[in-house]
Amino acid sequence: MPVATPRLLTAEGHELRMVLQKHKARRKRKAFLLVAPLLTFVVVGFCLPILDMLRRSADNSIVEETLPRTISSLKGWDASGDSLPGERAFAALAQDLVLAQQQRRATRLGQRLNYELSGLASLFRRSGRDMEKVVLEVRSRRGSYKESLIAFDARWGELDSWRVLKRFEDEMVADYYFASLDMKRDLQSNEVSFRPSEERIYLRLFGRTVVISLGITLATLLLGFPLALWIARLPTHQGNILLVMVLLPFWTSLLVRTTSWIVLLQQQGVINDLLVAIGIVSEEGRLRMIYNTTGTVVAMTHILLPFMVLPLYSVMKTISPSYMRAAVSLGAHPISAFWKVYFPNTVPGIGAGAIMVFILSIGYYITPELVGGRTGVFISNRIAYHISSSLNWGLAAALGIALLTFVVAIYWLYDKLVGIDNIKLG
Amino acid sequence: MSFFPPHLSIFERGWYVVFRLICVSVLVFLLVPILVIVPLSFNALPYFTFTPEMLSFDPKGYSLQWYREFFTDPNWQGAVRNSVFIALCSTAIAVGLGTLAALGLSRADMPARSVVMGLLISPMIVPLIISAVGMFFFYSRLGLQGTHLAVILAHAALGTPFVVITVTATLVGFDFTLLRAAASLGATPVRAFFKVTLPIIFPGVMSGALFAFITSFDEVVVVLFVGSFHQRTIPWKMFSGIREHISPTILAVATCLILVSMLLLVSLELLRRRGEKMRGIKH
Repeated sequence: MPVATPRLLTAEGHELRMVLQKHKARRKRKAFLLVAPLLTFVVVGFCLPILDMLRRSADNSIVEETLPRTISSLKGWDASGDSLPGERAFAALAQDLVLAQQQRRATRLGQRLNYELSGLASLFRRSGRDMEKVVLEVRSRRGSYKESLIAFDARWGELDSWRVLKRFEDEMVADYYFASLDMKRDLQSNEVSFRPSEERIYLRLFGRTVVISLGITLATLLLGFPLALWIARLPTHQGNILLVMVLLPFWTSLLVRTTSWIVLLQQQGVINDLLVAIGIVSEEGRLRMIYNTTGTVVAMTHILLPFMVLPLYSVMKTISPSYMRAAVSLGAHPISAFWKVYFPNTVPGIGAGAIMVFILSIGYYITPELVGGRTGVFISNRIAYHISSSLNWGLAAALGIALLTFVVAIYWLYDKLVGIDNIKLG
Repeated sequence: MSFFPPHLSIFERGWYVVFRLICVSVLVFLLVPILVIVPLSFNALPYFTFTPEMLSFDPKGYSLQWYREFFTDPNWQGAVRNSVFIALCSTAIAVGLGTLAALGLSRADMPARSVVMGLLISPMIVPLIISAVGMFFFYSRLGLQGTHLAVILAHAALGTPFVVITVTATLVGFDFTLLRAAASLGATPVRAFFKVTLPIIFPGVMSGALFAFITSFDEVVVVLFVGSFHQRTIPWKMFSGIREHISPTILAVATCLILVSMLLLVSLELLRRRGEKMRGIKH
């Protein structure tokens, strides 16, 4: 016979287990309520905008909204075939364009479609402007829309113009992503392929961003390692003074540091003047150290160096000097003692610093923009260009999401290796 | 009698000297670019390099004209006012929400802590250009693009991770029985927070506030996208100044900013010491 466990009751006669559970749930709720305001703020003010960007990078509803009749009349048409759509589609297009012109949307649609097939911007501008006349003419003569439209502009008789429209049956299209990875979807077969290598700008830019960032990470490691080692092994008081010297650039405005590098590196700048005065370079042979990759690498190495020195220092500070002494007393050469005993202990610091510098560098915008010239710019500069100059916002959003995916992947690595909770400041 | 301990070999002494030299040159690389701006900002001529007069310490080579321009030009003064106003408002939001959240996060009963922490810290991880573009789309859709409110809210979101991190770190050693003691003496939770918790975690809150302040004060990418000329901050002015017509006024502004960062550095160091004393950590 099973023995019933005795039921524990509180003084009021409630079951103890239930009371404790309720109490625990209330404490959980209380803790969560404290976090809730900030969580709401960050989700609405930060995560939502980024999700919105994700949506925008695939959103093409502008076509469906501007040309609803055309899109629905193209439903049965086979875009991979060799025949133009029928009279019904041409009539629908004419009607849609007249309405679109009244709502001043034809030009905007043309700009959007021009990313897929150049020439469509002017076709839509022209067609939007004169479509009302064409329609009136067709109605008065009871003629064919197809013939009149092709007569109005021969591009309406080209299959590719219609294939572009047909592609936008779906509201969500990944075409911006194809564009951001230098891929192209063939208008007839819908096959996705890479552009010829001389036209690949974004993949090359992503590649350059990664390579320059790796270079910067390596440079900060090479410069930061000895400095951190020295500071960690000095007595606390002297070490703190040097640490302040590392922290001062860390706290100095980014633009101040970028300005200083412009002042130092430009052709009429301090370093060139110095070199000319010493006689190492001639007046005509002043070095070009800025507005190119060199400028970006030098300035960003300087800006990101503290992010390498600080984690290295905090790891090195915990390595007891007696390890090295023990190794040497056991007969190891100082170099091999350093390499086999001290160095492996610093690896967590190297990992933390390197990933930190790399993540920061890969998304940098300001410094490459100001000192990078044409060759030292990053993918972020291209994103900014598409936002403010070319106004291709969908492509900017797609490039941004591609960059974000990359950063999140590295960050995930960082979390695995170091842990979010171990982020330390100052 | 010698500078080195007597047991070191020639090789080790040589290496020691070389190592020191490397370290000192890295320090020079870190500091000189910042310090070189200071004398250049007193240049009497609109050049970005040392003139012969400056090198011979001729008083005629030096002048305060760029500082005069910075302090009298309404365009720059507007930027200063905007910078301070935006930074103060966004810091206040970040500190209020961040401290509250840190209190919840450091409770043992906090559900889904790592997910929540990940979300809260995300503004620090996402590259600024992406945050800026996302917020540009978002605030333009709300019709807030080009208003102070949008820039303040955007900066507050960027500043909160720093407050959360510093305050959570201060709360690690916090003795929660103190709160129970306060409650048993009849204090309401709010009163206990202001009388017991806040004085203890104050250094952490203050350093979080300084981080949030400098994040906003120094931020330019989001201002460029979310703001307009009316929200121009000092970094915004510097950025457009460097891009368009670089004038030595920028060097005077930079020198003032270096002073600000030195002040911040000193106050953070003082706060850190005070915090360690408050929590009873001894060296």
